[in-house]
Amino acid sequence: MDDRADQRGAQEESRGQVRGSTSGRFRALDRQPVNLDGFAQEDDDMGLVAFRSRHDPEPSLVLGDGGEVAELDGVAAAGFDMLDAYIAAHGIDRAVAAQTTALDDIEFARLIVDPITPRDEVVRLAGGATPAKLARVVALLRPVELQMAIAKMRVRRTPSIQAHVTNRLDDPLLIAADAATAVAYGFRELETTVPVLADAPSNALALLIGSQVGAAGALTQCSVEEALELELGLRGLTTYAETVSLYGTEQVFVDGDDTPWSKAFLCSAYASRGLKMRVTSGGGAEVLMGAAEGKSMFYLESRCVALARAIGAQGVQNGGIDGASVVGSVPDGMRELLAENLLVMLRDLESCSGNDALISESDMRRTAHTVPLLLAGSDFLFSGFGSVPAYDNMFGPSNFNGDDLDDYLVLQRDWGFDGALRPVDESRLREVRERAARATQAVYRDLGLARLGDDRIAAVVDAAGSKDLEPLDPAVVIDAAAAIRERGVSLLDVVLSLARTGFAEEAERVLAMGRAHVTGDYLQTAAIFDEQMNVLSKVTDPNDYRGPGSGHSPSKARRAEMAAVRQQRSRRDLLDKQAPHVGHVRLVVTGDAARGSDPAEVCIGLSPAFASALWSTMAGIPVGEVIALVLSGLADEGCAGRLVKVRSTIDLGMIGLVAARLAGSGIGVGLQAKGTALIHRSDRAPLACLELYSVAPLITPEMYRELGRNAGRHARSLEPAPLRNPYIEEAIEPRYHAEAVMLVAIERESCVPGAAPLNVEVLP
Amino acid sequence: MSARALSGRSLEEIDLDEGRAGRLSPADLRIHPDTLRWQAEVAERHGNPQLAENLRRAAELAGIDDAELLRIYEALRPGRSTRAELEAIAAGLDQAGAPACAAFVREAAAVYARRGVVRGA
Repeated sequence: MDDRADQRGAQEESRGQVRGSTSGRFRALDRQPVNLDGFAQEDDDMGLVAFRSRHDPEPSLVLGDGGEVAELDGVAAAGFDMLDAYIAAHGIDRAVAAQTTALDDIEFARLIVDPITPRDEVVRLAGGATPAKLARVVALLRPVELQMAIAKMRVRRTPSIQAHVTNRLDDPLLIAADAATAVAYGFRELETTVPVLADAPSNALALLIGSQVGAAGALTQCSVEEALELELGLRGLTTYAETVSLYGTEQVFVDGDDTPWSKAFLCSAYASRGLKMRVTSGGGAEVLMGAAEGKSMFYLESRCVALARAIGAQGVQNGGIDGASVVGSVPDGMRELLAENLLVMLRDLESCSGNDALISESDMRRTAHTVPLLLAGSDFLFSGFGSVPAYDNMFGPSNFNGDDLDDYLVLQRDWGFDGALRPVDESRLREVRERAARATQAVYRDLGLARLGDDRIAAVVDAAGSKDLEPLDPAVVIDAAAAIRERGVSLLDVVLSLARTGFAEEAERVLAMGRAHVTGDYLQTAAIFDEQMNVLSKVTDPNDYRGPGSGHSPSKARRAEMAAVRQQRSRRDLLDKQAPHVGHVRLVVTGDAARGSDPAEVCIGLSPAFASALWSTMAGIPVGEVIALVLSGLADEGCAGRLVKVRSTIDLGMIGLVAARLAGSGIGVGLQAKGTALIHRSDRAPLACLELYSVAPLITPEMYRELGRNAGRHARSLEPAPLRNPYIEEAIEPRYHAEAVMLVAIERESCVPGAAPLNVEVLP
Repeated sequence: MSARALSGRSLEEIDLDEGRAGRLSPADLRIHPDTLRWQAEVAERHGNPQLAENLRRAAELAGIDDAELLRIYEALRPGRSTRAELEAIAAGLDQAGAPACAAFVREAAAVYARRGVVRGA
């Protein structure tokens, strides 16, 4: 048991939500990981409610004589708090306000879901919707309706995905290697943060370098305190910003040390340097801060999203985020999180759709949280898939982490949704990790930031995470970070340093990010760069989903890429297991098989490909050894075995029955080359065998010998205790079925319908 | 539209050879206000007047130095400034040819005063 399992076990003992059950069934359930999660009773007064609190306002929108908003969701202008005031002044399209206000909630909800109603028309109507109105309408949607709406309403046609790239040491070489790894997998935005705030400039720099290894155009950010994050952005060390937080009540906003105006100013400040940015909100934040004013999480989130649109942000990261588990603790919580993403899309903003905080100890529950969005598609399916091991994620574990990458790629393959990632082979992985680490080492040395040894490069290339590395002297990173800040190291310095140190390709790519700041095309909504530096955005790649047959669909090439997971095996790969055993035993035909007369004779029926085209069982036992084991088991019981090649069928029941009918004892053994085995008797129906050993991959040599003994006992008219199949609770079929299909196909090819059984002998 | 940087250098002249020759400066990698205004028009045409407004404010800030941007941001945070101090910032922005930002700061000041988030309130 590893540390983590130990720790998990201890948690189960001490922190489980359910304890002390008196029945065995409940005690077993108590140990399930889902019972480590907390579940809260709805409480309107505390704001512990997903969609509808009795304190939520009735939607209302009254325009004054001058066209100004005189009342918003039950509050008159004189009573507006800062959020109301900002939304009223900037966030309502007054031209459609009357139409939207008059629109029946259910009718509006249907327009949102209906694939035929154009996206633009829904966006237009949403422009006139107050926060309470939009919250109430979207709350009507069932899960599958949310998915339909998301498929239509997300801004960008091509889905994308963001990664977290962090580590416990703030090791710049590891950050760069992991950034390059993330890019190799297909992540197009990389977000880092720090365990030690002072390290931030170093992390930003290493991330920038690593992000441009292997492919161009991945965007990077460093999530830290707003002013420092802005400073890094102004220098060009980051290429987008995201951690500009909005909250749904004035109290929490001020507690967060900002106002709608200070946040709006930040938006403009980033844009003034040609930097993409989005804001962050997400349900549960206000109730966590104890200032939800009794409002539902969804209504407060609707305020955040309305404000995001009003301040001119191009996008929003939401879907719980830091408060995801709070939302997850109440009824309808998971549906609320998905609905938050839709709110963003309805406001025609880029959705960076959460899934970035581990929402449950239960694998089943955390997966169930994320899958509906994956199937529907989003501008960013994750606002931080933890591309590194969970322990290295300095945001805290994401809902999916580095260890989940294979699962994710397989899910993408299973369902055919475009999850924006691709399989990476090991040589490619090592190549980009080494290149990123070397480039970072070179720049740190060239700029006089740090001298990082070659021995560390090899360790970083190989490492799964920082636990595989020697600790780094923290002063190294802090000093490097301080130097970056004091000397004002900028994107241009990085470009020139890369060029000087022999990393021209990376220099070109980092410079291309600088040029992107100049053109500003990626300031438009939902913009990313593809690997050829084309901007994909609302302007260049608008979502055109209009029902079946429309919208984004993986191209043929993309589908092939998604299919080629590293675990995929061709027929040839699967048959590699056979190769070492080919020809290890030779059977020679001695004539047509006839009925024997010796009452101690048991026939062993061999399948068509047995020791002719197939040479090893699925358990890896050479087929010659299987024959020898069965024969020796028979001998233990004083019986003689005769080998019979059954060519006319691959059905094991029939093979065994043919053998039994030829045997003097009336008892036969059937063997398939893949290892499945049975004992049969001549007077029984084909499928009514005496004993069946059906799980070929689990059959051991000793079991073949015991099968021989039992066959002998049957021949002697004893009643042996049947051998038990080795039943286990693991998913044995998915593990072996692909291989079984290949082996059965070869049996089929070797089969000669109508051919008579032959006596065979093993050549010594 | 063929963009040019804040420095006036055209995009075609921003490449690695120029960098290696020591002819690039940070201002060659900064966006020009005209480009931001053009992007604002694109946003407007694509139905997002709020994004357009943001980009127009950004155009006004494009030439303002980093420290000044950070100072204004800090002043707009809750409880940092008196109404008079915010008015002074607005006046400075007017003088710097940033009328939209100036109006924006005045709008903030009025709401801050009413909601008690000015310094000393």
